[in-house]
Amino acid sequence: MKVKNKQIFIPLAALLLLALFNLAMDPSFFKISLGNNSAGDPVLTGYLMTILDYGSEVAILAIGMTLVTAACGGQDISVGAAVAIAGSVILRVLVGQGGDGTLQAPIIVAFLIACVVAMLFGAFNGVLVAIFNIQPMVATLILYTAGRSIAAWINNNELPIVTDQTFTYFGGFIPGIPVPTPFFLAVVCVVLILLALKFTNLGLYTQAVGINASSSRLNGLNPTFIKWLSFVILGLCVAVVGLIKTSRLSTINYSVIAKDIEMDAILAVALGGNALSGGKFNIMASILGAYVIQFLTTTLYKFNVSSDALPAYKAVVVIILVVISAPAVKDKLAAYGKKWKKQKEVG
Amino acid sequence: MKKKALATMLVVSMAAAGLAGCGGGGTETTAAPTEAAAAEDDATEAAAEDDAEEAAAPAADGELIRVGIINNDPNESGYRTANDADLKAMFTEENGYDASFAYSLKNDEQITAAQKFIQDEVDYLLLSAADTSGWDSVLQDAQDAGIGVILFDRTIDASEDLYLASIVSDMDKEGETAVNWLADQGLDEYNIIHIQGVMGSAAQQGRTGALDAKVAAEDNWNLVTQQTAEWNSEKAQQIVQSVIDAGTEFNVIYAENDDMAKGAVAALDKANISHGVGKDVIIMGFDCNKWALEELLAQNWNYDGQCNPFQASYIDEVIKKVESGEEITEKTIILEEKGFDATTITEEDVEKYGI
Repeated sequence: MKVKNKQIFIPLAALLLLALFNLAMDPSFFKISLGNNSAGDPVLTGYLMTILDYGSEVAILAIGMTLVTAACGGQDISVGAAVAIAGSVILRVLVGQGGDGTLQAPIIVAFLIACVVAMLFGAFNGVLVAIFNIQPMVATLILYTAGRSIAAWINNNELPIVTDQTFTYFGGFIPGIPVPTPFFLAVVCVVLILLALKFTNLGLYTQAVGINASSSRLNGLNPTFIKWLSFVILGLCVAVVGLIKTSRLSTINYSVIAKDIEMDAILAVALGGNALSGGKFNIMASILGAYVIQFLTTTLYKFNVSSDALPAYKAVVVIILVVISAPAVKDKLAAYGKKWKKQKEVG
Repeated sequence: MKKKALATMLVVSMAAAGLAGCGGGGTETTAAPTEAAAAEDDATEAAAEDDAEEAAAPAADGELIRVGIINNDPNESGYRTANDADLKAMFTEENGYDASFAYSLKNDEQITAAQKFIQDEVDYLLLSAADTSGWDSVLQDAQDAGIGVILFDRTIDASEDLYLASIVSDMDKEGETAVNWLADQGLDEYNIIHIQGVMGSAAQQGRTGALDAKVAAEDNWNLVTQQTAEWNSEKAQQIVQSVIDAGTEFNVIYAENDDMAKGAVAALDKANISHGVGKDVIIMGFDCNKWALEELLAQNWNYDGQCNPFQASYIDEVIKKVESGEEITEKTIILEEKGFDATTITEEDVEKYGI
């Protein structure tokens, strides 16, 4: 009974529900097979690996989004556009303009530059929210609108293509390792943030600022800096996703890359049981939420649901979640639970 | 607090829905150059032109023919860039033209530009209109001033008498050419993954229509899945990934643009499913991006259908006819659009037709 009160209960229950549904409909959903990709390297394939692969993108974003949500009580809706910018920067540095696709710079340099750029854009959002006190969703609407044009402008509206094979490792497989690389990148990000939360006051300060910014200021914290920092950290997450996304296809399409990914990231935070109005948070619950969303998406694809209908299904999930976690419903459920327990004892 | 959260989510989802609504237009920037071409495509009755490749003869000595060209912004898409470059290459002094260009994505700015060209007394006005309406009076002015108007790429809602000719693409034919090519491959059974563009766009309707008709007519043609990936390569990748994970057999991928074909191929590569000439899966794309034609040349893909941005030679031909006093019999000229086969494509084709 104790687990029910814990935040992680919601995503776990959702995961279990989806897994049971798939088990009942078609057990082959869980089949994982070891094969070779066209380069001859061993790879694991199957629906579960697809979930691990694509879910990792949202999981990485969910880390930053959880912090932003907790500290500011609002969400960043510009992450999809920011991913386009980060990806564009990576390609610009890697192959330059009018290049023939060969690498002009090491991938790590391109990635680090993308990190800096993405953090700068995050810092821009952070300044609007933390210093000018603009509602986060409104503040990030600016970049949401302009971001993709900026991304196109960075590469002069060209579509550079990277021909180097090593670049495909980040969104695919490293030769010899049969698990998709995005999963490892997600693990690295999670470990880094957990270490930061354990060994610094980041978690405590973020919660304090999210619960009551002015009282935390009176207690000697700097809410402006904490809020701003959460956006910068999200910028770092965005750069990692930008690397994965561009690596998947070795090119970029400014208008559709990472389209609507911000919705999935926010949904992951909500699914993780975090209050969207800020305050307490649980990063692991958000990450689990991210994989649950991909589980849902993959399930829907498996049943041939039209891809433009996917958002509708996700919307249903959001509605159910928000209703279940509403205080009125919670109290009612708790009351029923008590009654049922009593009856059992009597009986 | 919870109420606030709910409201927030609602706002987010509404914003998303709203944006999804205009997605079709937005993707035009890079993914769907063909939409632009097909924005207005009501002219299918006219016969296709056969002599597209005819070289333009240099104009007779003497005065240059003055043309005013009004086009959409070349940065709009790869298609438009290629279209603009083609016009610039054709209407040069060496070819006997004195050309002025005006670019805008806004109809009113285009109309202002047209009025300026009329005042400058150009001989011909070439127009790719941003919007279909509002052109009657300015075209009437042009006619009164004795200026010949030629529409390219997009038609407008105006009387046919107001212009000399209209040069457009036929999306239905693009689909038919591709499906006929596929039928010629003579497979025993066609198990097709059909990846569609943004639903309702002219390019999607034309390219889907032909395939749907064929699948309905033939017993050995089956659609394994038919999904829209909205010109998006990532979505296409996930759709194909899902079919592979399910273990369903397929041997054709019919993607309605090059980007989506690329996404599909990425999924195939991951699962070690061979594709291309003489391999397990036939890959079909549209738009003839240069990189896509290079995939054809490397025999990794099988077919790419063209959406022709090279309209300058057609325009030139119309002008030559008018100058020599010939009658223009067909008002609507359908662009010849090729389909490239990986077994016959050449380096020259890639250079010439790649956009």
